[in-house]
Amino acid sequence: MQSLVYILPEIFLFIVATVLLVTGLFLKKIKLINLLAIFSLLVAVFLILNQPFQSAFLNSFVVDEFSLVLKVMILIGSIASLIMFVSSKDDLNINIYEFPILIIFSTIGMMVMVSANDLLAMFIGLELQSLSLYVLAALNRNSLLSSEAGIKYFILGALSSGLLLFGISYIYGFSGNTNFNLIAVNINPESLGLIIGIVFVLAGLAFKVSAVPFHMWTPDVYQGAPTPITGFFALAPKIAAMGLLVRFLFNSFGEIYIDWQQIIFFISIASMMLAAFAAIAQTNLKRLMAYSSIGHIGYALIGVACFTDEGLRSLLIYLMIYLIMNIAVFAFLLSLKRNDGYFENISDLSGMHKNHPLRTMLIALIMFSLAGIPPLAGFFGKFYIFVAAIESEMLFLAIIGVVASVISAFYYLRIVKIMYFDEPKEEFDGSSIQSLNLLYYPSSILIIIFFIYPSPVINISEYAIQSII
Amino acid sequence: MTAQLLTFYLFSGVILISSLMVISTKNPVHSVLFLILSFLNAAGLFVILHAEFLAMILIIVYVGAVAVLFLFVVMMLDFKTSINKDNILQYIPIGILIGVVFIAELIIVLINTKFDLSNIQVLPNPLSDFTGKSNTEAIGSVLYTDYILYFQLSGVILLVAMIGSIVLTLRERVGVKRQVVSEQLQRQGKIDLVDVKSGKGVDI
Amino acid sequence: MDIAIADYLPILIFMFVALAISCLFVLANFLVAVNNPDPEKNSAYECGFEQFGDSRMKFDVRFYLVTLLFIIFDLEVAFLFPWAVTFGTLGLFGFVSMMVFLAILTIGFIYEWKKGALEWQ
Repeated sequence: MQSLVYILPEIFLFIVATVLLVTGLFLKKIKLINLLAIFSLLVAVFLILNQPFQSAFLNSFVVDEFSLVLKVMILIGSIASLIMFVSSKDDLNINIYEFPILIIFSTIGMMVMVSANDLLAMFIGLELQSLSLYVLAALNRNSLLSSEAGIKYFILGALSSGLLLFGISYIYGFSGNTNFNLIAVNINPESLGLIIGIVFVLAGLAFKVSAVPFHMWTPDVYQGAPTPITGFFALAPKIAAMGLLVRFLFNSFGEIYIDWQQIIFFISIASMMLAAFAAIAQTNLKRLMAYSSIGHIGYALIGVACFTDEGLRSLLIYLMIYLIMNIAVFAFLLSLKRNDGYFENISDLSGMHKNHPLRTMLIALIMFSLAGIPPLAGFFGKFYIFVAAIESEMLFLAIIGVVASVISAFYYLRIVKIMYFDEPKEEFDGSSIQSLNLLYYPSSILIIIFFIYPSPVINISEYAIQSII
Repeated sequence: MTAQLLTFYLFSGVILISSLMVISTKNPVHSVLFLILSFLNAAGLFVILHAEFLAMILIIVYVGAVAVLFLFVVMMLDFKTSINKDNILQYIPIGILIGVVFIAELIIVLINTKFDLSNIQVLPNPLSDFTGKSNTEAIGSVLYTDYILYFQLSGVILLVAMIGSIVLTLRERVGVKRQVVSEQLQRQGKIDLVDVKSGKGVDI
Repeated sequence: MDIAIADYLPILIFMFVALAISCLFVLANFLVAVNNPDPEKNSAYECGFEQFGDSRMKFDVRFYLVTLLFIIFDLEVAFLFPWAVTFGTLGLFGFVSMMVFLAILTIGFIYEWKKGALEWQ
């Protein structure tokens, strides 16, 4: 019974979700329900910060520094996507009150993923998270693209769950346990079956973080899903899946890191390079962001591949900066609105600075940061990652990373060029972005001031990794 | 031992053949029927493994419910055109390639692995003693208490599935006459009592 | 090792017998019956006409919704079996655990009822 304390935030969110679900049936006030959802996510942040550190439920659910930091990041991502929902629900034909509730359920799944210390908990958390995401992707029933996104995401997600389960059964069969710590105790370094299990689990997880070669769904789903949901895809699930990946690899297979390191090494290089080249040809901003997120996952995976303190620390720093930059980008995508229609093409941005000088400047700033140009936050994220790679003698990975980020700078900078130097088009609406300002300005400011005052981010990541290594 | 082997090969052989038929028959309804056959044989395999509970659940859930759902989906999709065989041929090389890779992996694993599970520690303190219990009892004695987290989370997953299916498929139809029982039973507003004067008509 | 097989020997024999008899009937029909087809026999009945299309038709998506909801409650019932078997030994905790599980699905039930998913419009 006392182990309830360790899942208090999850239970709280679940109760809120069900209460809202029933309330919404009788009270048709979407805005109110959404506000309550945002508020309860904030309360959940508070609950998480006050939790005792302990493992519960037969050591299958761990509450520690690492899960605390990641859970707070996930909740920030969920809150951001709910704020985006307020600003766009009427125009995107997703005006239903189940949206915030599904987001909360998905968030619960991600919180379980981050805390999972057992193959079963990992799988159930993943399923809870992805099931809600499949529904969210297909939410706009009047749009063919959205339905296509939902179907594609569902089929490929189910396939990846199948791969994951196959791998889990191998690992269980060859180590006799499902608990991460017990797997680590019983590991037999020569067991090839175990390695095949790891490979399949990694393939399944690579689907979830959309790393090459399991990235195929990403552009279509990002483009098809309604923008607040695309934002959610880019923010929270990636962080949760990375957290899960780290705990899975570090806790249970730390001893045979040589084996999985190569896989992560390959996935990382492939993601960075493919994203850098494929994004050049894109004309749709959401597709571009899909490739961009594939690339960013590639950089983040360098941190995992290092298998050192520095690597893990730089991974967390990178994820935090990634979160902030993506909140800014998707808030900006939602502000591209004119006469109740949204614009998603890069060419629609042309000459934007004539009509919206301040917004254009901020967008340019975010693009510079995504490209990794100093002294913005994005640069430091990559910098720490590359330093960690060099320190653990993975020079090749660092070089590839630098090359990929130089190539990818091209398409980020092209957006800046189009905004400043091309022929101006009609004005965008200014009125619809009131609530987006809440996301827009703070994240932009954080991106700018990071180099002046980076210590909080570094301290948080130091704090988080102490429970892993 | 031989009887067990024989039944094992019977069941797994039928599974293999019927799974092959699932993907190769032209008529999707036949595919679903072959799928049901392979589910039934998988249940047989569970019985050989002494996992009767799982076998019965497989039949109740997969054969009884999931297969019916598949049938509805197949009917909903309205396949009129049969699949063109020429199209399938072009995937054969890559299919063979992937198949060879998988078989190679399996062979490598089988050759290099000593199936010596004797030195593996299972849970340090086994949850409870399962001897003399049927496997339904064994599952029941840990699922609701020791593994309560997974149990409740699967309840949440079912709830999400329910919400999701309703959100995605339920459409409000306008202009459909529905029965509203409460309104029919109401006296006020539905029935007008009119006092008819004798010798005069009444306007309704 | 062989206990499972021994336990299920009657049903196994039953299955073999059923398989043998059904195969026998099909084969016997094939071998013994008089089979003399000609075009007139194979054509549609004289006053009828060739079919226009497939006899199958599209089902409404509502059937799908009903089956899906059925599966969910079916799974819920599947969770009840082991609980019912071990109910006596589980104690209060097991009871509360199952009640919470049922409550979660009751919420879903309230939702679908109020939403009108069970109504055939």
